[in-house]
Amino acid sequence: MYAVVRDPIDPRALERVVRAGDGGVATFFGIVRETADDGRPVSGLWYEAFDAMAIREFETIASEVRERFGDVSLAIVHRVGELRVGEISVAVLAAAAHRAAAFDACRYAIDQLKNRAAIWKQERYSDGDAAWKEAPRH
Amino acid sequence: MTIRVLAFARLREILGVPDLTLELPPGARVEDVWAALARERRALESERSSARAARNGSIVPFEALLSEGDEVAFLPPVGGG
Repeated sequence: MYAVVRDPIDPRALERVVRAGDGGVATFFGIVRETADDGRPVSGLWYEAFDAMAIREFETIASEVRERFGDVSLAIVHRVGELRVGEISVAVLAAAAHRAAAFDACRYAIDQLKNRAAIWKQERYSDGDAAWKEAPRH
Repeated sequence: MTIRVLAFARLREILGVPDLTLELPPGARVEDVWAALARERRALESERSSARAARNGSIVPFEALLSEGDEVAFLPPVGGG
């Protein structure tokens, strides 16, 4: 389940990738924070994506997850458009037979997604200002 | 030949529109698309070193050759999540 969506993310919807043989499920939700890293009050975030490329990157990350951590079932859903404080921008779910692979896969997927997927984020501040935020360089 | 151009985030803002079409001579490269856009948009100059290009959805170098009907997307540094 790899998607870029415009409507609010229902976290429970990701659970449909969980299989009967999965004994561990790890999830990550990215949430719009009320303050920027420098402490400025944030009114919301604007996200945009090159949908086709972003989804292909999700699929590539998923195949890397399976190479590294074995038989993991993954779901990645990223929302775009205008998001308010407290809303979910991204949801990742990793399901595996045991918890170690589920945790590792979930962490790997969100870290890679932030650095690689064709998605952009603009912070919009309460004073009306705005700034594009890129992933920190390695 | 006709090339469709997409731009995202900061590059979309500089372009003023999310997509447009350009007419270019045969043999044109991605670099020529960028140059055609940059002629009228000086703000693109400082974006060139950090921008990446995709041809029909796959990342390519700016030297990549184009064909009739290709879609070229210009991507600033990403940062989702």
